[in-house]
Amino acid sequence: MAAELSGAVLDLEEDEDLEVFTKKPSLAVSGPLPTSPSSMTNQYHLEREDQEESQVERDLFISVDNPESHVTAIETFIMYRVLTRTTRGDFDSSEVEVRRRYQEFSWLRSRLEESHPTLIIPPLPEKFVMKGMVERFNDDFIETRKKALHRFLQKISVHPVLSRSPHLKAFLTAQDLTPHKKQGPGLFSRMGETVRSMAHSVRGLRSRAEEFASIQDYVDQFSNSISSVDKVTQRIIREHREYVDELKQYGPAYSQWAELEPGGLSEVLRGVSRSVELCGQETEQRAQELSETLLPVLHEYVLCSDTLKAVLRRRDNIQADFEVKKDALAARKVDPETLQEEVDLLAEHLEQANVSLRGDWSRWRSGMSSDVRAAFVSTAERNQQHYEKCLAVWESFLLSQKMDPHRPDLEPTS
Amino acid sequence: MMADSGTDCGSTEEVAVIGNTDISSTEAENNLRNTMVEKGTSLLKKLEMNVSEAEKRTGKNSVNMQETYTVYLIETRPADSGSDGSTPVPDMLWRRYSEFELLRTYLLVTYPFIIIPPLPEKRAEFVWHKLSADNLDPDFVERRRVGLENFLLRVASHPLLSNDKIFFLFLTDEKGWRDAVLETGFQDKVDSRLKSLSASFRVKNPDKRFTALKQYSDELNTAISQLLRIRARVADRLYGVYKVHGNYGRVFSEWSAIEKEMGDGLQSAGHHMDTYAASIDDILEEEEHYADQLKEYLFYTEAVRSVCRKHELIQYELEMAAQDLTYKKQQREELATGTVRVFSLKGMTSKLFGQESQEQREQKLMALEQDIKEGEELLKEKNQECHEFVQSAWKDIERFKEQKDRDLREALISYAIMQISMCKKGIQVWSNAKECFSKM
Repeated sequence: MAAELSGAVLDLEEDEDLEVFTKKPSLAVSGPLPTSPSSMTNQYHLEREDQEESQVERDLFISVDNPESHVTAIETFIMYRVLTRTTRGDFDSSEVEVRRRYQEFSWLRSRLEESHPTLIIPPLPEKFVMKGMVERFNDDFIETRKKALHRFLQKISVHPVLSRSPHLKAFLTAQDLTPHKKQGPGLFSRMGETVRSMAHSVRGLRSRAEEFASIQDYVDQFSNSISSVDKVTQRIIREHREYVDELKQYGPAYSQWAELEPGGLSEVLRGVSRSVELCGQETEQRAQELSETLLPVLHEYVLCSDTLKAVLRRRDNIQADFEVKKDALAARKVDPETLQEEVDLLAEHLEQANVSLRGDWSRWRSGMSSDVRAAFVSTAERNQQHYEKCLAVWESFLLSQKMDPHRPDLEPTS
Repeated sequence: MMADSGTDCGSTEEVAVIGNTDISSTEAENNLRNTMVEKGTSLLKKLEMNVSEAEKRTGKNSVNMQETYTVYLIETRPADSGSDGSTPVPDMLWRRYSEFELLRTYLLVTYPFIIIPPLPEKRAEFVWHKLSADNLDPDFVERRRVGLENFLLRVASHPLLSNDKIFFLFLTDEKGWRDAVLETGFQDKVDSRLKSLSASFRVKNPDKRFTALKQYSDELNTAISQLLRIRARVADRLYGVYKVHGNYGRVFSEWSAIEKEMGDGLQSAGHHMDTYAASIDDILEEEEHYADQLKEYLFYTEAVRSVCRKHELIQYELEMAAQDLTYKKQQREELATGTVRVFSLKGMTSKLFGQESQEQREQKLMALEQDIKEGEELLKEKNQECHEFVQSAWKDIERFKEQKDRDLREALISYAIMQISMCKKGIQVWSNAKECFSKM
């Protein structure tokens, strides 16, 4: 597991991901919890990967960081640094750095989808910002997007099939992607396929195997549930922010009063004012962390639902193609030999599609489980911490009034 | 339990869990009550009192229309339990809010130099959306009951007011009280009191202490109003935060239906979210008690202000009396010496149309002498009045200041205790939720 990764292979100092990884993180963090959101994200990621890849030795590490504005004559866009460290032989060097824009991530994803239509490709963050999702546009938006792009590549890097894709390699290593982008239209750019994969009902499909029918059911319900959880979480964050806004006026109301009063009472009032202020700051932080830790995970799975639906549809299409041809063969309308070959080919194609979907499905399920679990556990922990901090603030206020927080019925000790 | 280490306030590590001796706000209020009783007036020493119940009544009002109103039950019993150690049966009578108002007006007029304790608000103010502004709402009625009891105890614990006969009758004589209070003729003074509150007059030598006090009470009024307003908004928002979490409960439940391994964890975490959402109701109800304590002092500022105004009126009347006397004395002098120092129409006309006769002048002089004598009496009276007023008022003001500082300090501390209790609940819920989540 973690111990297998020797420090000698990789340069540990610079990559914060790895540092935490080799320290064997566990879900129940005993030490002081990290307060910086990004380190929390990294931590939970690695927890997940820890569980996921305990059987697989990791040899590909990708990170996304350092967003920079890039200005050309025509447009302005953000470039992200994509850093790869690997021990794989097929890579020219053990460390590569390139700069990529969102468009290029999108290209990569399309390519992967085309090459592996029934694999569950991780989602990309949305192209456009959704109303209410990110309130402050610039820095927050870029930061959120950067983290989502990072997660996207992380997941691909540990996928047994996707991580071997030549498109991925090109994305990670080519200084200029343009020649790769020009490599012929993919499968899906053909009109027919596109239209078919968009259709809600699939023509020619007789019956789905029980297995895939139940996956379809699950996906439909999951999609609703995860979307609801995402919405509830957004509302919680919004309510928090409004609460914090009011709190900002509450503390000063006490200190303004304090100015009117003589010594003793004034001190008490100022104490309350300070305590309210401190709790307000803590609440603000709690809200911020919620939106940086929990929400992105939920949102990713909202996007995943669409991917899952698309994957299932594609598989259905493949089955439909096969069945249509099989019927044609039975009707002997065209040349039977060629038809037989085609049918056999399609049968194989279908079998492959089913196998890869089946495998990826169970992989996705356990990944989702552990991602969601980790995100909620860390949220609950953070919330508990929040109350612990506020408790400490008020208890110290009581102590400052020379009162024992555990025996407030007693007169203050002088 | 932290029994032995008791008040070891130094070490913060010991400020960890154990010991469920948290105090609720009702307990804090009891402390307040106990303090009042302990300080004790002779009335409180012999009589226990409380406002124990509230009931709705319907009846015809003065314009013969049906109205619904609330009556409050005042219970009194001797402070010492019976010689056989039994608790004696209390005397009971019902009073409505307007009767309390009548009592208070009587006290205001009869003791203008005393800061008369305020009544709980007539109409709900500083409400936030969940709180009803309806006077018949049970929560409002309950809080009013507590406020009325508090009012009685305040009066009963005042060194001077507690000895008032009308107050005693209010507590003990259901029917006869009204006649008794009207017989005092206090209503005649009500008008003059209103005049003193609203009139604008200029005092030449204002008493600096009273000026400062009036300013302080105005500023305090503003400060507390502001605070109550914001607190209500904060309560509203906090309510929102908690209640929204309730949605998690519903959604997790739906989700758990499709999950095999995650199902149980999700479901039970959802229950904790429901608990969390529900917990805010009690928390905010307790906070209303705190708000009521602040409101009492908000209303007290009005009582302080009216004492200051009354003093201003007395001071003004004193100055007027002095001024009047001075003028009359000047007139006498003029008349006596025949010099006209002050221009007067009469003086001019008499100059123009001939002097008065000696007899006329002597008559006038005599009348003036009488006036002056009366004026001097009046001045003496007013001086005495003013002096006494200032003495008694200032004594009460000092008493009030001490009471205010003590009560407000206690209220703020009880607020802190409430926050602590809320935090502890939060810790519990999220720790439980975390456990459920980790089992998913």
